[in-house]
Amino acid sequence: VDTFFQQFINGLSLGAIYALIALGYTMVYGVLRLINFAHGDVYMLGAFAGYYIANALNMDANPSILGAIAVTMGAMAICAIIGILIERLAYRPVRHHSRLTSLITAIGVSLLLEYGGQVVFGATPRFFPQMIRSQVYAVGGVQITNQNLLIIVVSVIVMFGLQYIVHQTRIGKAMRAVSFNLPVAKLMGINTDFIIAFTFALGSALAAAGGVMVALAIPRIDPLMGLMTGLKAFVAAVLGGIGNIPGAMLGGMLIGLMETWIGATAYSTYRDAVAFAVLILILLFRPAGILGTSVTEKV
Amino acid sequence: MKFHRLFVLSMVMLAATIACERRPGTTGSATSTGDILVGMYGSLTGDGASFGQSSVEGAQLAVEELNNAGGLLGGRKIRLLVEDDQSKPDEASNAVTKLITQDKVVAVLGEVASRRSLAAGPVCQKYQTPMISPASTNERVTAIGDYIFRVCFIDPFQGEVLAKFAYNDLKARKVAVLKDVQQDYSVGLTDAIQKTFQALGGEVLAPVSYSSGDADFKAILTQVRAQKPDAMFVTGYYPEAAIIVRQARGLGMKIPVLGGDGWVGDALKNGREALANCFISNHYSGDNPDPVVQNFVKTYRAKFNREPDSIAALGYDAAKVLAAAITSSNSTEGPKVRDALAKADVPGVTGRLKMNAQRNVDKPAVIQELKFADGDVKYVYRTTINPN
Repeated sequence: VDTFFQQFINGLSLGAIYALIALGYTMVYGVLRLINFAHGDVYMLGAFAGYYIANALNMDANPSILGAIAVTMGAMAICAIIGILIERLAYRPVRHHSRLTSLITAIGVSLLLEYGGQVVFGATPRFFPQMIRSQVYAVGGVQITNQNLLIIVVSVIVMFGLQYIVHQTRIGKAMRAVSFNLPVAKLMGINTDFIIAFTFALGSALAAAGGVMVALAIPRIDPLMGLMTGLKAFVAAVLGGIGNIPGAMLGGMLIGLMETWIGATAYSTYRDAVAFAVLILILLFRPAGILGTSVTEKV
Repeated sequence: MKFHRLFVLSMVMLAATIACERRPGTTGSATSTGDILVGMYGSLTGDGASFGQSSVEGAQLAVEELNNAGGLLGGRKIRLLVEDDQSKPDEASNAVTKLITQDKVVAVLGEVASRRSLAAGPVCQKYQTPMISPASTNERVTAIGDYIFRVCFIDPFQGEVLAKFAYNDLKARKVAVLKDVQQDYSVGLTDAIQKTFQALGGEVLAPVSYSSGDADFKAILTQVRAQKPDAMFVTGYYPEAAIIVRQARGLGMKIPVLGGDGWVGDALKNGREALANCFISNHYSGDNPDPVVQNFVKTYRAKFNREPDSIAALGYDAAKVLAAAITSSNSTEGPKVRDALAKADVPGVTGRLKMNAQRNVDKPAVIQELKFADGDVKYVYRTTINPN
């Protein structure tokens, strides 16, 4: 029984990582109908931004919670700017072309960040400084580290925060309007370019927060770290229903639990394959995802 | 007008490129005089970067010492040409092909990871260019052919040493083994540990698999924890080993964790305090009072401003063995150097380097206990185990 609950906690802490990144995918998709494949790489840039800030503050020698928050905020700010730049330089020029053009552009941006990252940061993995000393909490036979607990808590808070922004605020209303119909939203006087840029900034900041927190728990960062995690988060977003915020959360958790469950069997090395098999099955049988509502498109 | 100038400029550049391309060919043919070219390939970047950097630094130190002492074959200097394989097996064979066919090196030093040595070894064999692996311990590496040598012990011996240490010294009776299915090294070492530990009368739980590059091991570790082993072996390389140990401690597993020489690498320090109660088998100990070892440690520290690890010591030894073979064969031709290497018997930093019929060396292994202090890993000498 201990083992079962432990695996459940393991799955949740892995799933929370996917969920945090999946939220970014889902938000951009919700507004623009664009799958931003570079999102996983923004997560990588967030981890590297955190790495440089933390080293500049010499966090490894003097760990502190306040410092960790400052580092996370800094990484989020940097990635928000990067997100706005990516949108402005790569996606906006092709926004009025077909959706396939945007998709291919997104893959291009992703490759640029991955291999550009290898040039700038080097291909060798770096050690992320330990900003918070790790501690183990135990309830019965179930153990969790403070870092993993942090990831779970933050991803839940972020999900509710996003729900609030999208459904309760003025800018959220504008986001929904842009999502509903971009040209009409523009005619209604909404500054659509600003709303889209804001969406990218918000999504990228979340990815950065995810990058820093994951690097705390697993302190090895390299320019390709966003590739697999990003793809799994994408699967999570599709599984939950892309464009749906609670769906991204649910999808992330499910993928995390599934991987943990596979990892606990003799087929542990097949867990990546399983995540993508899920993607194929979802697309075949329920393309709208678990929480998504399927809309019949007029042809 | 502008276009014209651009065209002329590009033609000039093209011509210059062709002229440059030709130059290595003209110097390459004059192998009987001038520098002796020695190739080295290693993982200078990527997941195994620590392996490549350490082994190359060790070899560079040896080459520098040899050149300062007057070079080889009547005053000819050694020039070490280093290629980065980015920790990828296919790049390793590309690098070796380039070193042999374009640079026309006398012999090749490398790799550390068995998987990459196994990828590049056949190229050396095909071109009859001797290859000396500093640290590939998988049994199959030197079985590629009679041009492939190594200066380290092999995994059947290493596995035996680790299993015996766990059984006799740590008094473990039930052990778990985690293996990296992508690495020939890890798979071979796992087999060897299993065989010896069972022969001693201990119980080995079904090996648990992971892959290089994995970052979350909590699921497999939780399964291991449920079976309550007395000790755990992690037979992969340092990047994953560090994270596995951390996550095991995070799950409340306080049992001893054992690993092979593949744990030696800079990123092992990611394991931090979790590295307490971890033991590894290694090729040499920097604490060894032998003047040969202490002299090496001192000069390495002076040149690179850091402590040499065992991989650096093996890189140094590999270069020294090659130099001795070039001297004794009085030649830079592959087949002659090969014959001399097969008869090599020289003292090294990591022990006596005497080639046996399988082109391996029989050397003792040391067991080290890991400690994390002052932000880095300390390897504390425990015991030396000689081959039978």
